[in-house]
Amino acid sequence: MTAWRFARPPGLPLPQPTGEALPFFAALKESRLVIQRCAACGTLSHPPRAMCGTCQGTAFEWEPMRGQGAVYSYAITHQAVHPAFVDHTPMATVEVELAEGPRLVSNLVDVPPAEVRIGLAVEVVFEEVGDGVVLPLFRRA
Amino acid sequence: MPFSNAVAIAGVGETDYSRDSGRTELALSLEAIKAALDDAGIEPREVDGLMKWRVDTSAEADVAANLGIPDLAWWGEISQAGNVGAALVAHAAAAIHAGLANVVVIYRGVNGRSGRRYGRGDVTGQRGQGGGAFTEPYGLLTPQHGLAMTARRRMFETGIGSRQFGAQAVAQRRHANRNPRATFYDRPLTLDEHQASRLIIDPFHLFDCCLETDGGGALVLASAERAAAAGRPLALIRAAAQAGPGKDAPAKRIAKRLFDMAGIARSDIDVVQIYDHFCPFVLFALEDYGFVDDAGRLADEGGTAWDSGRLPVNTSGGHLSEAYMQGMNHLIEATRQVRAESTAQVPNVTFSFCDTGIGTGAVILERGEP
Repeated sequence: MTAWRFARPPGLPLPQPTGEALPFFAALKESRLVIQRCAACGTLSHPPRAMCGTCQGTAFEWEPMRGQGAVYSYAITHQAVHPAFVDHTPMATVEVELAEGPRLVSNLVDVPPAEVRIGLAVEVVFEEVGDGVVLPLFRRA
Repeated sequence: MPFSNAVAIAGVGETDYSRDSGRTELALSLEAIKAALDDAGIEPREVDGLMKWRVDTSAEADVAANLGIPDLAWWGEISQAGNVGAALVAHAAAAIHAGLANVVVIYRGVNGRSGRRYGRGDVTGQRGQGGGAFTEPYGLLTPQHGLAMTARRRMFETGIGSRQFGAQAVAQRRHANRNPRATFYDRPLTLDEHQASRLIIDPFHLFDCCLETDGGGALVLASAERAAAAGRPLALIRAAAQAGPGKDAPAKRIAKRLFDMAGIARSDIDVVQIYDHFCPFVLFALEDYGFVDDAGRLADEGGTAWDSGRLPVNTSGGHLSEAYMQGMNHLIEATRQVRAESTAQVPNVTFSFCDTGIGTGAVILERGEP
């Protein structure tokens, strides 16, 4: 029996990052998951922002994450509410809480939608999805 | 000095609700506005203020020109999405109280089924731009996707479940079955049918989701004195409050401001309308506003039904079973309840509560005698 494997619907949008979002996606191309950290007070923020909401600092660093986390919540698309979902349902979208705290929206590459559970331990994998774009997806840890 | 009870909703009006109106969104708005003005006993020439949802396509200039308003003195709109109806009431009441306008019409006209369908990711998506760069590539493409995640997490944390959501959906359907304006007027719903209905975005079943509707609605706001001239019970605006992004849940922050302004307790509220884009959020809001600790249990026990004698919720059928008018139909129903004109009338209503966006804004209306 072949293990279940996530097939990303090709019609899903690719990220079109600008401004503060660019370093996050640039790091993914080097298989690094980084999160914006305020240089002044150390607060981690995701998605990236122009000003730190804690101390109003405007200088940021990019902190490498270990890539470990757990499923915080999930939604499973059953009806094709966008053309990309046609012939690709059910499909699970998850929110992963990283060990360092920030949460990312993502997909699980080796967990069928019916088996997704809150609390499931996962780790990052870097998947090229076309046009040189790399996304941070997750697998069972 | 806040505007408490100095301003009233003097009239309400709506078009028929359908899947294909056959007319423009401007025409729907105008038809609803004329109905609301007739209800208020106010002539179009007396209107000097207009307010709209930013997402509404009918510009105030077009409405003013078509309606024949001779002197539009004040207008405005509020951003975000369909969720700002109470905020519009708050702004309009403040404008009247400040003397910037005398009669303000709030309107909404939308071909939400035959035209732009909000539930479609190819209609409302960002094509991977802006914040969508972090969500849409993974299939989080519509409002219901993000809300499904929020609902799933809350189910995990509190133990509330789909059968409780279903109990609320059934209560609202019973209300719609008494309301000839409602889309589902002649279609009953059982809990089993709710549970057996197909999943749209898990955990939302079909009957957890709002309708898609073509239609229009309008409110006429004026000073309590002007509104009293119609000679019938008044819907006084006792309090109105908004909340944007912030630290705690918006409904918790609104509740503090709203009940402080109203000077009453949760237990003084006789009937409640809650924005029901997705049914679970009705129950979450009842908890976040502080009405009950366990809204799932209340729904299970039938306590949100119009005739329960407890906490009747969404007595027109709401977005699930009457029409999806982005909070407008909730504001109309909240008004009808204090005027004792609802098709699911709660006895002896003094205070009527209306949320129009799960924590973006809410109002408390009070019955006033003419």
